[in-house]
Amino acid sequence: MNALIDQLREHLVVVPVVLPLAAGAAMLLLDERRHSLKAGISLGAALLLLVASVALALRADDAGPPSVYAVGDWPAPFGIVLVADRLSALMVLLSAALGLAALVFSLARWHSAGPHFHSLLHFLLAGLNGAFLTGDLFNLFVFFELLLAASYGLALHGSGARRVRASLHYIVLNLAASLLFLVGVSLMYGIAGTLNMADLAARLPRIAAEDRALLEIGAAMLGVAFLVKAGMWPLGFWLPATYAAASAPAAALFCILTKVGVYAVARVWLVVFGGGPGADLLVYGGMATLGFGVIGMLSSQELGRIAAYGLLVSSGTLLVGLGLGGAAATAAAIFYLVASTLGTAALFLLIELVERSREPGADVLAVTAEAFGVAGDDADEPEEEPGVAIPAAMAVLGLAFAFAALLMAGLPPMPGFVAKFAILAAVLGEEPVPGAAWALLALLLLAGLAAIIALGRVGVRVFWSEERTAPRVRLLEFAPVAALLAACMALTIAAGPAMRYVEQAAAALHAPAGYIDEVLRRP
Amino acid sequence: MEMVVALGIGVLAGSGVWLLLRPRTFQVIVGLSLLSYAVNLFIFVMGWVRGGLAPVVAGAASGATPDPALYADPLPQALVLTAIVITFATTALLLVVLLAARGLTGTDHVDGREPGE
Repeated sequence: MNALIDQLREHLVVVPVVLPLAAGAAMLLLDERRHSLKAGISLGAALLLLVASVALALRADDAGPPSVYAVGDWPAPFGIVLVADRLSALMVLLSAALGLAALVFSLARWHSAGPHFHSLLHFLLAGLNGAFLTGDLFNLFVFFELLLAASYGLALHGSGARRVRASLHYIVLNLAASLLFLVGVSLMYGIAGTLNMADLAARLPRIAAEDRALLEIGAAMLGVAFLVKAGMWPLGFWLPATYAAASAPAAALFCILTKVGVYAVARVWLVVFGGGPGADLLVYGGMATLGFGVIGMLSSQELGRIAAYGLLVSSGTLLVGLGLGGAAATAAAIFYLVASTLGTAALFLLIELVERSREPGADVLAVTAEAFGVAGDDADEPEEEPGVAIPAAMAVLGLAFAFAALLMAGLPPMPGFVAKFAILAAVLGEEPVPGAAWALLALLLLAGLAAIIALGRVGVRVFWSEERTAPRVRLLEFAPVAALLAACMALTIAAGPAMRYVEQAAAALHAPAGYIDEVLRRP
Repeated sequence: MEMVVALGIGVLAGSGVWLLLRPRTFQVIVGLSLLSYAVNLFIFVMGWVRGGLAPVVAGAASGATPDPALYADPLPQALVLTAIVITFATTALLLVVLLAARGLTGTDHVDGREPGE
C-alpha cells in the first residue's frame, strides 16, 4: 500500500495536466443531453484537481528544490520535463480554484447554454496547468495552443452576435501571436540547439557573440507573444471587448489567462536570461498598460468593461513590479497576482448576478445607448431554472460588490491593499529611489481612485436606483462568489505565511541556479 | 539554396501580413494560412538547409559514433509536424467562427458591420 502511495506521489506533478485532460476527453463521449451526469463527472474532476494541486503546493513548500518529472523518463535536455517549484505549484492551485468556482457557478444555468462546456473548461485547465508546469519552450507552445483552443470555445459559449464578433478578433490575434511564438522558439533552437529552459540558460554563456543578437531577437518575439496574452499596451486592445462579451463563468476563468502571459515572461526572462535586458521595456510597457487601464475604467459605463479594464490595470502593475526587479518586488507582484485574479474573477461572476436585476443596457446613459445602437439581444441567454434562491438577494449582492470594489481599488481590508503596499515598499526601498518607482506610486494610487470612482458610480446606479426588480439569485451561483471573496479575506488574514511563501518563490526565481541544476540533474 | 528558401519565406510572410490586414474575413484567413506556411518553412530551415541528408542516424548500434555532419537535424522536422497540425486545427476552428459571424452579422467585414454604416 505504501509502495503504491509512493508511486502516486512520484507522479503527482503530472496529475494537474492528465486529470482534466482525461476528464474532458471522457465527457466528449457522453451525449450532450446528459447534463447531470456530465456535471457530476466535471465537479468530481475539478475537486480532485483542487486536492492534487493543494498537495503539490504543500510538497513544493516542503521540499527545497523543485520536483522535476521527466515525461517518458527521458533525462532533461533530451526529453520534456515538468517542473513544479513554489511558483508553478501556486499558479496551478490558483487555476484549480478558479476552475472550480467557475464550474459551480455555471451549474446554475450556463453549463447547458451550449455544447461541450464541461469538456472545454477541463481542456482549458489542462492547458493552463501544463503551461505553468512545463520546463520546455516548445511544450509551452503546445500547452498555450491547448488553452487557447479551449478558450476560443469558451469565449463563444452562449453564442450571439456580440460574442462571435469579439471572438473573431480574439482568435485572429492569438493565431498571429502563436505564429510569432513559433518563429521565436525556432530561432532560439537554431542558435542554442536546445529547447529546454534550464539547458538554454546553461548554454547561454557559451553562445558566440555574433549569434547572440539573433537569439535575443528570438527571445523578443517570444516576449511579444507572451505580452499579447498579458494584454500589455499596445497589444491588449482586444481584451476588454472579448472579456466583456464572454459569459460570466468563462470571463471569470479568463482572468487567469492574462496571468499566464505574465507568468511565462517571468519564467523565461528570469530563468533563461537572468532578468537583465528588456527590464525598461517591461517597466514602461507596464506603466502604459496601467494608464490605459485607468482611462478605460473611467470611460466605461458597462460593468463588464470596467472589470476587463481592471484586469489590464492588474496586468500593468504586475509587469512594472517584475521589471523594476529585485526579489522583494517580484514576491509582492506574485502576491498581487493571486489577490487580483481571485478578486476580478469574483467581480466577473457578480456582474452577471447584478445585471439580472436590470434592463439590458440600463447602465449605459440613454444618449450613448442611442448613439451606439445598444439593443437587448437576450435571445441567447439560457432559461431560468428552479433552485434554492438566497434571501435578501440585493443586500447580499451589494455587500459582495462592495468587497470586490475594495479589492479592485486596493483598499483595506482586502489583500489588494497588502499587495500594492508590498510592491511600493519594495520599489521605494532602494536608495536612490528610481524615477520609475515614483511614477508607479502615482499610477497605482490613481488606479485605485479610478477603480473606486468607476465601480462606485455603477454601484450607486445599480443598487440605489428606483426602477429595479429584486433578482432571483440561486445559492449555487452566489456560493462561488462568496468563496472567492472569502479566499481573498483569508489572504489578508494569513498575509504573513502567504508572503513567506511568495518570497521564497521569488527568491528561487531570481536565483535560477537551483532550478537549472535540478532539471539537468547536476549534483 | 539558402537564397531561394529565404525568398520563398519572405514572399509568403509578406503576402500573409498584407492579407491579414485586409478588412474581409476570408482574406484574413488566407493571410493566416500563408503566414503559417512561412513560419513552418522557417522552423524547418532552422535545422539548416542541407540537401539529400536523412534525419535518421544509421549504424549507431555498431558502437561507432556517427558523424553529425552526415545527417539533417530531426528535431525541427518533428516541431514542424506539430506546428502544422496545430495551425491546421485552429484555422479550421477560425473558419467555423468566420461562417458564424457571417451568418449572425450579415456581412463578411471583420468588424461585423460595413464601414460607414
